[in-house]
Amino acid sequence: MYVMVVGAGKVGWNLARELIEKHHEVTVIEGSRRRYEIVEEELEHSIQFGDGSELWVLERAGIERADLVIAVTGDDEDNILISQVAREKYGVERVVARCNNPRNLQHFELLGIKPAVSATDLILRLIEHEVPQYGLVHLLDLKEERLEIIEVEVAEGSAAAGTAVKELGLPDGSLVISILRDGGGFVPNGDSVVEGGDEVLLVLDIGLESEVTSRFQGQVTA
Amino acid sequence: MFVLIVGCGRVGSAIAKSMLAERNEVSVLDENPEAIALLNRGQEQTWEDMGGSFTVGTALEIDALLAAGIEGADAFVASTDGDNTNLVIAQIAQRRFEVDRVVVRVLDPARARWYAQQGLQTVCPTQTAIELLEAAVRGQIRFEGVSG
Repeated sequence: MYVMVVGAGKVGWNLARELIEKHHEVTVIEGSRRRYEIVEEELEHSIQFGDGSELWVLERAGIERADLVIAVTGDDEDNILISQVAREKYGVERVVARCNNPRNLQHFELLGIKPAVSATDLILRLIEHEVPQYGLVHLLDLKEERLEIIEVEVAEGSAAAGTAVKELGLPDGSLVISILRDGGGFVPNGDSVVEGGDEVLLVLDIGLESEVTSRFQGQVTA
Repeated sequence: MFVLIVGCGRVGSAIAKSMLAERNEVSVLDENPEAIALLNRGQEQTWEDMGGSFTVGTALEIDALLAAGIEGADAFVASTDGDNTNLVIAQIAQRRFEVDRVVVRVLDPARARWYAQQGLQTVCPTQTAIELLEAAVRGQIRFEGVSG
């Protein structure tokens, strides 16, 4: 596979190294002369110097035959533009873009650039997973399918603690898919009883989150 | 009409002043708070006293565009010093906010040409300079002072 990586920052450089180890043909493009010289010591002919949002630079690197373009510069507007021309002008089928500021994800979406990967967002999710606030973690959002998978902690004394799944009174469009307890997990049926301290995974229609999670949370003490 | 200009350098500030003088409603957005000096320069009253508005914010931030009034804009000018920034915000104005008239300044002729083909109204000062200079070299045009 021929992969073009635009931006030789930490992300671009490490990605290039991994891809080369997996025997892919890789060209990295870097616009800073200093950075180019540092990375060139290791990557040699696999890196080219130039502004990756200049069309001639992309063409010189052979974007027309690229199977995959990865736009990982530090500027979101550059990553958006590179992804857009890669796909729409040069017909590259697979494009992956880095989104530096998670607030800019909406622009990537608006212009049809997917997948856009936001490290900040990913790390935020990991933090949520390790330090769950309000006992709720988003595991997966399927935006186009309008579904999400969440993990919620069952508070002692909540409506759900000690209740069978079929008695939870969950709204239509939500389903318990597994219960995690004592380091293990199982797929419940309607008669399985949820206990305080369990972590429950649910799949739901987008928009039901607060209605569903309220059943697992404890009484709010003033 | 209501004109929103993003990027208050030489180009943006000059357009802003002309549009305001022609009794349009004009809002300018720039990330540098000092850029308002360009709007005040050579004027008897301050930009805001004349009825212009000025917002400090980053072009890519939706909140900044909203604060500058993009939802009510009839015309949108992307004139920051970054080609890619201009091309992205122009598409946001066109596709997300459905502004009727969007114009974008792009210095690189290659990018300008391709985005023009995609339906953006693009002005490329570099291309204009090339054409004028070529015509002047061939003797097809002759001008006194500054042209373009």
